[in-house]
This record gives sequence, C-alpha cells and structure tokens, in this order.
Amino acid sequence: MTSPQDMLLSLQGVHTHIGAYHILHGVDLQVPRGELTLLLGRNGAGKTTTLRTIMGLWPASQGRIAFNGLDITAKSTPDIAALNIAYVPENMGIFADLTVQENMLLAARNARHAGQMDAKRLDWIYSLFPAVQKFWNHPAGKLSGGQKQMLAVARAMVEPRDLLIVDEPSKGLAPAIVQNMIDAFRKLKASGVTILLVEQNIHFAQQLGDSVAVMDNGIVVYSGSMKQLSSDPDLQKSLLGLSL
Amino acid sequence: MKGLNFSAIDTRPLWLVPVLALVALPAVGSLDTWLTLTVAGLAMGMIIFIMASGLTLVFGLMDVLNFGHGVFIALGAFVATSVLGGMGDWTHSRELWRNLLAVLAAMGVAMAVASAVGLAFERFIVRPVYGQHLKQILITMGGMIIGEELIKVIWGPLQIALPLPEAMRGSLIWGEASIEKYRLMAVVVGLCVFVLQAWTLSQTKVGLLIRAGVQDREMVEALGYKIRRLFVGVFVVGSGLAGLGGVMWGLYQQNVTPQMGAQVNVLIFIVIIMGGLGSTGGALIGALLVGLMANYTGFLMPKLALFSNIALMAAVLLWRPQGVYPVANR
Repeated sequence: MTSPQDMLLSLQGVHTHIGAYHILHGVDLQVPRGELTLLLGRNGAGKTTTLRTIMGLWPASQGRIAFNGLDITAKSTPDIAALNIAYVPENMGIFADLTVQENMLLAARNARHAGQMDAKRLDWIYSLFPAVQKFWNHPAGKLSGGQKQMLAVARAMVEPRDLLIVDEPSKGLAPAIVQNMIDAFRKLKASGVTILLVEQNIHFAQQLGDSVAVMDNGIVVYSGSMKQLSSDPDLQKSLLGLSL
Repeated sequence: MKGLNFSAIDTRPLWLVPVLALVALPAVGSLDTWLTLTVAGLAMGMIIFIMASGLTLVFGLMDVLNFGHGVFIALGAFVATSVLGGMGDWTHSRELWRNLLAVLAAMGVAMAVASAVGLAFERFIVRPVYGQHLKQILITMGGMIIGEELIKVIWGPLQIALPLPEAMRGSLIWGEASIEKYRLMAVVVGLCVFVLQAWTLSQTKVGLLIRAGVQDREMVEALGYKIRRLFVGVFVVGSGLAGLGGVMWGLYQQNVTPQMGAQVNVLIFIVIIMGGLGSTGGALIGALLVGLMANYTGFLMPKLALFSNIALMAAVLLWRPQGVYPVANR
C-alpha cells in the first residue's frame, strides 16, 4: 500500500467545464512517485481533459490537484510547467517552422543557446531517439509522424523533469515505431522519472504500466495495478469492453 | 543558436518584388523614371514595413486584431513635429550630422512616447478583450478615435508641416534619374530595422519564443514560459516601431494630420494579410510590393492607386490564400 507521501500527483474530486459542457465529474487519480501510470478509457471518457486540467490549460471548476504536496489547482500553465512537469499533448505540440534543435532549445529553460544545453543528457536522448540527432538541423514540420512523436517526448525530457505527462504517444504510429517508443519509455522509467500516460494501445499499456486508472464518463471508474487488470479478463471486459 | 536556414526558406515569394519591378519597366517606358519610381517605392515600402512588422507579430502571438495601431503612427509623427520644431537650429543647419542628430532625437522621443502609450493601450484597451475578435475590432477602433481626438487637443486639428532638415532635402541625380536623398535614407533605416528584427528573431531565445508563440502559444506556455509577458513586450516594441514609422512617414509626406494613422492603417492591413498574419518576412515582401505598386500606378494611372493595392492583395491571396508566408500550425 502506497502512502500519500509516495504520490507525486493527486487529483481529488476534480470537475472541469469547457464552455457549457461539464466534462469531468469528480476525477480522483493518484500517480505514485517513480512509477508509470496509465490512464485508459474509451474515446470521450475525459482522459485528455484530465491531462489538460492538470496542466492548467483548462481550469478545474471544483476539486484539488496537488503536485509534490503543493496545491496547483489554480496555478497558471507556465507556473505548473516550472514545477518540473513536462507535457506532450495529443497533437505533439511540435513547432513545425522551427528546426529540431530549436524545438529542443525551447524546452531547455536554462539554456539561452544550443551550446548551453546539457551535452551528456543530449547524448542520452540521442541514444533513446536517434532521429532527433539525425534531423537536428531540419525543420520539425518535415519529420514523419513517428519522428515528430519521438521529438515531442525527447523535447519534454531535454532537462530533468519530475513528472512526464504524455497524451497517446503511440497514436498513428507504425508497429515498429511503437516498439521503439516502448523501449524508450522503459529507459525513461529506469531513469527514475514519474510518468503519466494516456494510451489506447493496449499492447503498449500492458508492457509499460505499473498502475492504471480507467475513466468513463468523466470519472475514474477503476484504479489498481496493471498486473491486476491484465490478469482479470472479466474486469477488462467490464471496464474496457475487451480482453488484453 | 543556428542562423536562418536558407535551404528551408520558400524562395518563390522573394521573386515577387523583382518581378513586379521588371513588369513595370516597359509600362513606365523610361529607365530613368522607372529608377526614380522604384527607389521611391522601395522607400515607401520600407517605411510601411517598419509600421506593419509589430502589428503582424501582435496578431500572430495573441490573435489580437489591433485596429488602433494607426494611432501610434500619428502620435510618432506629431511628437516629431514638436521635437524637430524645438530643434530649429539643428534642422536648419546645412551640416548633415546636425540634421541627423535632430532626426534621431525625434525618432527616439517618438518611439519612447509611442511605446509608453502602447503599454497603456495594451493594459486598458486590449487586455480585457483577449480572444474576442469582434470586441477587439470595436474597442481598438474606438481607442484610435479617442487617440486621434487627443492628438487634436494637444496639437490642434489642422495639418502641420514637417519639413525635411536642410541637408536631407534635394535629390541625387544619376543620369536622368532623380533619387531623393531622404528616400535613400528611408531604405537604409528600413533595412537596419529589418536586419535587427531578423537577427533578434533568429538568433536570440526571445526571438525563438516569439516565433514559437506565433505558431502555438499554448505549447509555449506548457513549456513554462509566460506568453502574456512576451506579448506585452512585443506590443510595446510594435507600438514604438509604429511611432518610428510615423516619424518617417511624416517626413516622407512632409506634413502630418491627426487622421494619418487611420489612412495608413489600410495599407498596413493589406501588407500583413498579404504577407501572412504573424510573418515578418511576409510583411517585408508585402510592404515592398505595396510601396512599388503605389508608386508605379500613381505615375501610370493615378486614379487607381489605392485600388491597385487591393487588386494586388486579391491576386496574392488567390495564389496563396493564407498570405505569401503562411505561419504553420495556425
């Protein structure tokens, strides 16, 4: 049993409205420190809204979001990111007109020019995502979908972060690229970073997940370990409508 | 940081300016007249670029349609009448350096005043209507009307002469072509502003943030940067540049009126739409095209001068509906 101190991120009764629509209806979610937590659920369940609410991109209308024990519910997006939280949105958020290098430099908040980026860390990132090094001086808009996704995750990790939030990293990727991405996330996890992933690809989820939360209709309907969910076909069917 | 990646630049729009100039040559007939008109057009284009470059970034960064931009232009020009009027000894001198210092002083004060007013304009007029385009149009136009009236209160409602300092008058004669000295100076100042702006945008982290913010401001915020602070900075610098452009436009026309900002606004919007909203490179090409077109048609078919620019914009938008350099992700 993990204690509240072991939770890096915790959401309690979070509601979110977007215009006239009530999307999240009291989300409770715990992200244990040093683990990879998966947020699963069908389309429209509220997964992306949950991530955007954590990042302050859509404000929570009710409830509490705590990061490292600090209440971040009312903080602005830049202030939340400055707490060492990296976010990769569903559309990857790549700046197409900028080069790969410039995309990376933007995320390196402590560097004013490329020479000030941590060379050792860059070498480590190149080993995880070789495409980043290969296309360093190319416009990011010219990369393939898989390369863009690699750049998006690499950019999020250009400086050490405490929490990495990624919305559907395997979306639209070819199976071979998905396997590369799984390997990269494994290495990221081994580096000690806490990861929160929204994912639809069950193969991806099963290989990486430590803990899992399943959402439906704007609430978390199940929280537990990935192992437990993987070993219980009835539970899978009832929550996700499929067997893993 | 790496410099501009020229291999990645779409060079086709760059040909528009020389192509327009070459197409005009047979229509004008005389090479000397064509040279005079071309230099005048480039000078006018550079001044319009100085005024428009801030506005295109303001729109690109925050989707703010500032129809009040013209008031900073008029303000800059009127401040110049006061500064240069108070430096009569310097402007009437035949020594070029004294003239230049007087004009530089006028430019400096005009930019400072326009920037300060821009800061207040952003805080009290623009900030309450972020994300609401219709309200932005109404309130910024209202702001411009109030600004114009305040200019009338301070400087009076009538046209004021803004003569060129002594040593900047006259022309350089090259063959049969006559090239006004001031127009050459305007081209040089415009190029300096463009180079400084291009350097800032391509070589500094602030420039990188502006370019990124124009494409996807939400992602810039998610990376930990406060884009509103950046926007205020761009708005203030853009207002200052409009003030600088106002001084240069006033000296170009040699007179100023409280309505001059509203009149130039039309040209500026044509320029930034044609260039691609948010693109400074596009704004430069758009401004040069507008300057050249206005001078060629002013000579060939004076009655069609303004219409010709609108026709030019329509032609460019038929070719590239998002402008010559569309900003990605928008």
